[in-house]
Amino acid sequence: MNTEEWDWETSEKCVAFKDWHQQFEWVEEPYVSPDGEIIAAIVNVGEGEFSICANGNIQESSFEKIWRLRFTPDGRLTALASDAGEWTVTVDGAAWENRFSYVWNPLFSDDGHSIAVSFQQDGQYGMALNDVPWEQTYMNLTDAFLSADGQHTAASVQMIAAGESEIHKFQAGTISAAVNGKAWDRNFVNVWGKAVSHDGARVAAEVRLTLYDYTIAVNGVPWEKTYSSVWEPVFNPLSGKFIAPVRQDGKWMLVEEGQLLWRKPFHQLWHPQFSPDGKNLAAIVATEFGKWSVAINGQAWNIRIGELITDMVFSPDGRKVAVVVKDNERWGIAVQDSVWKNTFDMVWKPVFSPDNTHIAAKVEKDGKYTIVMDDRIWPHTCDAAWDPVFHPEGELLLFRTIEDGVYRRRVIPIRGIWG
Amino acid sequence: MDALYRFLSGPLAWVSFVVFIAGSLYRLLSMGFLVRRKEKFIFSVMSWKYSFRSIFHWITPFASVNMRRHPVMTITTFAFHICLFLTPIFLLAHGVLWDDAFNIHLWALPNGLADIMTLVVIAGGVFFLCRRMKLAEVRYLTTLSDYLLLIMVAAPFLTGFIAYHQWIDYRFFMTLHVLTGEIMLMAIPFTRLSHMLFAPFTRAYMGSEFGSVRHARDW
Amino acid sequence: MDNMAAKPDETILDEGIEKGAALLTDERIEKTILRVLNTEGGARIKVYVDTCVHCGLCAEACHYYLSHDNDPRFSPAGKVRQTLGEMIARKGKVDREFMKKAAEIAATQCNLCKRCAMYCPFGIDVAYLMSVVRRITHLLGMTPQYIQATAHSHSVSMNQMWVREDEWPDTLQWQEEEARSEMPKLRIPLEKEGADIMYSVIGPEPKFQAQLLYQAAILMNAAGVNWTMPATPGWDNSDMAMFTGDSELMGRIKRQHFETAARLKVKKIVMGECGHAFRSVYDTGNRWLGWKIPPIPIVHAIEFYYDLIKEGRIKIAQKYAEPVTLHDPCNVVRGGGLHEKARYVIRAICDNLIEMHPNREHNYCCCAGGGVINCGPPYKMARINGNRVKAEQLFAVKARGARTLIAPCHNCHSGLEDINHYYGLEMNVKFIGDILYQVMEKPE
Repeated sequence: MNTEEWDWETSEKCVAFKDWHQQFEWVEEPYVSPDGEIIAAIVNVGEGEFSICANGNIQESSFEKIWRLRFTPDGRLTALASDAGEWTVTVDGAAWENRFSYVWNPLFSDDGHSIAVSFQQDGQYGMALNDVPWEQTYMNLTDAFLSADGQHTAASVQMIAAGESEIHKFQAGTISAAVNGKAWDRNFVNVWGKAVSHDGARVAAEVRLTLYDYTIAVNGVPWEKTYSSVWEPVFNPLSGKFIAPVRQDGKWMLVEEGQLLWRKPFHQLWHPQFSPDGKNLAAIVATEFGKWSVAINGQAWNIRIGELITDMVFSPDGRKVAVVVKDNERWGIAVQDSVWKNTFDMVWKPVFSPDNTHIAAKVEKDGKYTIVMDDRIWPHTCDAAWDPVFHPEGELLLFRTIEDGVYRRRVIPIRGIWG
Repeated sequence: MDALYRFLSGPLAWVSFVVFIAGSLYRLLSMGFLVRRKEKFIFSVMSWKYSFRSIFHWITPFASVNMRRHPVMTITTFAFHICLFLTPIFLLAHGVLWDDAFNIHLWALPNGLADIMTLVVIAGGVFFLCRRMKLAEVRYLTTLSDYLLLIMVAAPFLTGFIAYHQWIDYRFFMTLHVLTGEIMLMAIPFTRLSHMLFAPFTRAYMGSEFGSVRHARDW
Repeated sequence: MDNMAAKPDETILDEGIEKGAALLTDERIEKTILRVLNTEGGARIKVYVDTCVHCGLCAEACHYYLSHDNDPRFSPAGKVRQTLGEMIARKGKVDREFMKKAAEIAATQCNLCKRCAMYCPFGIDVAYLMSVVRRITHLLGMTPQYIQATAHSHSVSMNQMWVREDEWPDTLQWQEEEARSEMPKLRIPLEKEGADIMYSVIGPEPKFQAQLLYQAAILMNAAGVNWTMPATPGWDNSDMAMFTGDSELMGRIKRQHFETAARLKVKKIVMGECGHAFRSVYDTGNRWLGWKIPPIPIVHAIEFYYDLIKEGRIKIAQKYAEPVTLHDPCNVVRGGGLHEKARYVIRAICDNLIEMHPNREHNYCCCAGGGVINCGPPYKMARINGNRVKAEQLFAVKARGARTLIAPCHNCHSGLEDINHYYGLEMNVKFIGDILYQVMEKPE
């Protein structure tokens, strides 16, 4: 995704989104391309007939059903669509060649070049990557995963048929992980969240060996140590190993292949995340019951949040962390151990400027949306808004909003936001 | 006998008070620490308002549905516990001891009233005994320790009553009275008599859960 | 030892309990019990056991006790005595036969309804103590077969009924299409980020009771609610792991539920008419994860209907004429205080509400909740025999004219249907949503 090539010259572009409502039976919630050039929505064009309208232009093909309209990070417009009882993926109006009994859960690589979906075909399950289905299919599939580089798909698959009441057969292990369609050699009671090494050679997953013994398995081989529970693993780019939060004696701790990574245990510890350079490791933690914080390299911030911490993000240089917080029924943002003064009805994932100096986020207050940057609120109230995007040099901001039924793509100099 | 009496009413009385107070503190604090270590969420639930709302409903006769369902039990329980608690503290004869030992001057119950209150405790004990033996749902739960506890609680009152009226061997029963009283006192922290210590807390916790989380009554 | 009028029920053969027990050794039993009592357990177990004076005043709180002619083995304290009390007294040195009985008592003779906590002078929480026994039996691998199978479903599919990942959105799309014959522009918006409300249900709705999804969709559309449903796992709010003692699995499925809502950026989760799920998301599951209160507020259907009617967002065309009575489900009434709101809603949509007695917090349990109905066919009669008192309560209210029995909870609903058929009550068991759907004004 090269944002430099986007149009940062034109200060404002508009699409009369409201007019679509006269044109069609109904218009579903719109989506906007990352570069802000396209606004699109699923529209009903007649009884049982749907299409996609983008910037006022209706796609030629229509379907009986369309759902999950989403832009890929590289700006392609995708949806899941069905005709004559068969489902497929459409990309910029063109359907994949493959048709399935059902498709769901589209996943995109970070650069947007890869699109993966889970599919069911005649009662057999698999994944398809860029219109190429797995050769091997399975009797059930859950927890589909696409690597960030878009090269590898993986999912938990059922290897052995077991009746619902055959509890002991189930406990002997019926589930495995299939990576790029090929199942591991070993079955487990359960297989859940997955991670892949950067070279793509190793896939790790949360597994349950018995009803009580949880651990991480890498390419089907479980760690030696087991725990009373685990959360999904993460690849450590510097050590080349997998880390995961694990639960022992009622406390959560962070380990790397069974070795304790952080000395201090927490009441809760999840969503560990490495900084882009891999040097810093952050996680959302509860230091004790009902007291949430962020721990960086094992050290918790001083702030304690009562209700929820989510959407953790590192600055590009890996030195700062921002999170969405919810305390006393209000949503807000905390950056570097400090909670912003402004609170909202809802806050979306914060966005760092490329030079690490600014943080902006989409927020909602009293049913209207706007953008907050560095704890100051943009004085426009919008009917809809999308995440702000910083110019790579950091001088400009791209705002994508709907105001009074008009979609507006605005490029605003950062210094000019408040005036 | 005199030497024994002097020992019981002297050093052992002090020992029993120390055991009672220190033992109670130990039990309460160790439970508090255990909550802190294992069930810290309990602190976050606790609410003064709902704790007292619950306690109030359960120390007021007939303020809960179950008390209304068992009127005889309710009256007996309240009478028993009130008399059990007040009589030893405010008995005239004990008042002298409070004065001697701690230099505390307490108001004293008229002797006739104290006599009746003692009888109430004894009668309550008999009622509980009969209940334990007669009612299937109580008998089913009853172990030897329940009878021993009942005897332990009734004994100081029975012996005190006999001694006060000097019907038979006053000194023997007086000695026995002091001894059984001290045994009971020392037993409170370490037997199920510790419900005296824990009841306010269990009540407050359940009251808080019902009040602040469940938004419902607990009586 | 005691001379009881009623003979004890025969021990029921359950594959989960039997096969699990066969694998046990005395050492494992002892080690597991001591682990739960001393390592996992805290002050509550110790204080409750020390504070109980064996007074028996909890007995009449329990519908099993009342239904079994006051057999003391079915009293709350009697169940503790036969299970945890004995384990503590014998410091974990109990044998496998003892554990089989304990597993059966804890899993199928207590609905964890907490009515007894309102009858104990000290507020001792016997439901909690029974949960501790269930935890022990879980760790010993002797949970009843059917509910264990349900826990397995949770572990794989993150829902109660083995609903596959594709079946869920497919079912919603099917119901959306069906409902469009009634409201042509109706939508069940899937994955709509930033909606006000995420609507979540339990596994049986897509599996067997799709009409409930249909009705909810009509209601949401008629009231103009900005809502969504997730198309991913996390849509199911139910939780049998909570009842098998598998706390780790409970935490996993609750985390997924709340993180799905957080991902969809909704302000509230509205849930269907389910009681145990409310307990799991409002009280038990969130706390296990470290959330003092649900991180995204939970609104039970009763409260949601209340708000819609009070705010005039739903209009009633014609009230339901047949006299109704209301069964107060333990988890949303004793566990959530929704009894007056339920009455407000019912009075708004029905002509005549006749109260059963006792009611509100003191209502008798349905005998299905707490995972008991999920222990399946082997225990069906144990449930029905264990709740004769409910049938008596319902006959009494029927004699006063009630014909429809409203049960705003899935487990209550199913359990009461069994009571209804077995005892020949011939009442119509309905959800509030069934009646609301029937009587509301539906815009074209």
